Amino acid sequence: MNIKINGKESAIESTQVSVAEVLKANGVQTVEMVTVQLNGAFIAKEQLESTLLKENDQVDFLYFMGGGSI
Amino acid sequence: MNFTEEQIERYSRHLILQNVGVEGQQRIMEGKVLVVGAGGLGSPVALYLAAAGVGTIGLIDGDVVDRTNLQRQVIHFTADLNVPKVESAANKIKLINPEVKVNTYKTLLMPDNAFEIINDYDFIIDGTDNFPTKFMVNDACVMAQKPFSHGGILRFEGQTMTYVPGSACYRCVFGGPPPKDAVPSCSQAGVLGSIAGMLGTIQATEALKYLVGTGDLLTNRMLIFDALKMKFREVNFTPNKNCKLCGEHPEIKTLEMEEMPACDLH
Ligand SMILES: [Zn+2]
Repeated sequence: MNIKINGKESAIESTQVSVAEVLKANGVQTVEMVTVQLNGAFIAKEQLESTLLKENDQVDFLYFMGGGSI
Repeated sequence: MNFTEEQIERYSRHLILQNVGVEGQQRIMEGKVLVVGAGGLGSPVALYLAAAGVGTIGLIDGDVVDRTNLQRQVIHFTADLNVPKVESAANKIKLINPEVKVNTYKTLLMPDNAFEIINDYDFIIDGTDNFPTKFMVNDACVMAQKPFSHGGILRFEGQTMTYVPGSACYRCVFGGPPPKDAVPSCSQAGVLGSIAGMLGTIQATEALKYLVGTGDLLTNRMLIFDALKMKFREVNFTPNKNCKLCGEHPEIKTLEMEEMPACDLH
């Protein structure tokens, strides 16, 4: 299955893969650290495990980034 | 407004610039920008806004200059150790450009003073270092319909987006503050000093573009860079209908702030 992760083409062997698994495989240690879009729409954290990906899906994730002052 | 000879000289590179010119420079000189946090991001922002001739710059920060700040907070010098950051920054602004009016607030932006302070400004820069304050700045700006620039940096990375009334807000993107300790802060994970400059100058540019009224702002998109690879990417989005603040069924009606994690209070 071919999907796009943060804009990059990515081939996945398995046909049964959740958004959460893709995040983990891409170095996201906990889903609390990121916000996730599936095909351009934000997806609730509770749905990351249960949402399975299909051909040509696009997953984008953004890390929380604080920083600035102190 | 008539420019003096000195102003024509000082701002000549703006005046000859298409998209800015005399009118744009006038708008910059009439503009009022509030910089929340006179630290890593606030430093370059304040320096460039001052040099550009922004009419009024507000600085809000409750801290004094600490030795660990000097690696990236370039508006503060070694001689400023223990001086309140707003005072140290105001002094540099005056040295760069005596025409700029500076308002200093040696305090933290809190729900009880936020509206009173931001109402005086046209554009707000979020240069804060913790999520409860970041969300509070967002909520205050959305409620008061004030445009603002979000900025975050960590290690070798930065992210920034601009809000204007009607565009996606920070809460549309991130929902709410992450659980304590789920996300490291700069003091826990480190940050390359120049990253603050890279991100802060983007924020300053957004403020100037907004004042001038030119170009495309970073609305409905997040610009992210990884300076180790020196790659920039953009994530596009639209206002989130489930946003608790600006969505279809808003739950947040009053300005509040989550408790500050103890590790960030230092
Ligand atoms: Zn929103």
